[in-house]
Amino acid sequence: MTPEPLPEHPDFLWRTPEPRSSYDVVIVGAGGHGLATAYYLAKNHGITDVAVLERGWLAGGNMARNTTIIRSNYLWDESAAIYEHALKLWEGLPEELDYDFLFSQRGVLNLAHTLQDVREGVRRVNANRLNGVDAEWLEPDEVAEVCPILNVSPRTRYPVLGGTFQPRAGIAKHDHVAWALARRADELGVDLIQGCEVTGFLKDGDRVVGVETSRGRILAGRVGLAAAGHSSVLARLAGFRLPVQSHPLQALVSELHEPVHPTVVMSNHVHVYVSQAHKGELVMGAGVDAYNGYGQRGSFHVIEQQMAAAVELFPVFARAHVLRTWGGIVDVTPDASPIVGSTPVENLYVNCGWGTGGFKATPAAGWTFAHTIATGEPHPLNAPFALDRFTTGALIDEHGAAAVAH
Amino acid sequence: MLLITCPWCGPRDETEYHYGGQAHVPYPENPAELSDAQWAEYVFYRDNPKGPLAERWVHSTGCRRWFNVLRDTVTYEVLASYRLDEPRPGGNR
Repeated sequence: MTPEPLPEHPDFLWRTPEPRSSYDVVIVGAGGHGLATAYYLAKNHGITDVAVLERGWLAGGNMARNTTIIRSNYLWDESAAIYEHALKLWEGLPEELDYDFLFSQRGVLNLAHTLQDVREGVRRVNANRLNGVDAEWLEPDEVAEVCPILNVSPRTRYPVLGGTFQPRAGIAKHDHVAWALARRADELGVDLIQGCEVTGFLKDGDRVVGVETSRGRILAGRVGLAAAGHSSVLARLAGFRLPVQSHPLQALVSELHEPVHPTVVMSNHVHVYVSQAHKGELVMGAGVDAYNGYGQRGSFHVIEQQMAAAVELFPVFARAHVLRTWGGIVDVTPDASPIVGSTPVENLYVNCGWGTGGFKATPAAGWTFAHTIATGEPHPLNAPFALDRFTTGALIDEHGAAAVAH
Repeated sequence: MLLITCPWCGPRDETEYHYGGQAHVPYPENPAELSDAQWAEYVFYRDNPKGPLAERWVHSTGCRRWFNVLRDTVTYEVLASYRLDEPRPGGNR
């Protein structure tokens, strides 16, 4: 008996070129934000002489480690504008990239468990509506209609007193998003170079002119950093500081279940967020570990508290088994808002500080960062998120709407 | 779970403590003379090294006293713990 021949190897979605000696633009970090930046540099600005350098493998950092939630229900005008721009881009991206990444607008509930939560939630709903973001305030019985498996009994330790609901919010398949962006950026001429660590910066006075990498020296007209948790490590190599702290943020999935969970539920107060993946796993996240860390794993007691909260809110989860846990390294700023724009080094731009919420911002982060790199000027949507806000004091305090304690 | 040694109470689980960020950040000597950029440095900028970091912890469910810990942010190994009036072991870097 001759064995069946193996099927043909499927086509690769992108090339694996050798790095050239120079590019117009080098992006550091081939996660969602780096790939989206490269894509929009090519598509919106016609800049295709671009390399995206990745120390590990494409989209293997935080992009592979997040809970894939997409929403735009932020409090302040600046945040609502950039996250809503992202959500509008998400709504068109599957068609634009010709890739079904399972973007599912199943809505997001942010629960309130205290009077202060209720006031914050109602205020945020009103702020959202003024900014054209879809938002509703739901009473406990309405919360139960949206998500019937939620325990809205008043007899729990932290009863559900209501919640904000954004119907257009949802989830997407993170890996497919990265692959879709990578394939299209590659088609437009961008070199995606994996296994290439940036070890230093080439400077001419205060101006960056290239990068030193584990695969040699690469000259660049402009350099954009999109390295999430490692941004401050890179900034230090380039000779400046960033007001960010790196913390482990962990998540977990259960074994597969029948569809039971119709929406996304987040609770800032008891601290858990849950959605059900298309395949059937319950995807859950917790808060960040309080301490700084680069270890891509989190503390056990954080999972323990998260699971206790999950079981109280969703009694039906009590017998579910945890299949897998993991951690990402998030870069947290003092006001829980990102930093996108220029740096003290000329021609070196940074996109960082998205903390626990970078995935949902992926298209808008790429869109605005590409604009900044292409023109040397901030896009109106990222101008408020400049590094100098920590000197001017014009902070955008989104700790409440960030939804993950950090 | 980290095992952190309180200088007064001895080794205890991480859950007994709260984290206080980078240690050895002195209040400006002449605050009235600081520029906005220098204030920003003092208020918002902290070290974020990949490796040993001197940080403050408080033994909140124990003696409730603050102390410093030298900890590796990659391996999470606690290299030393010491009182606030003691210098960072092994010098400043």
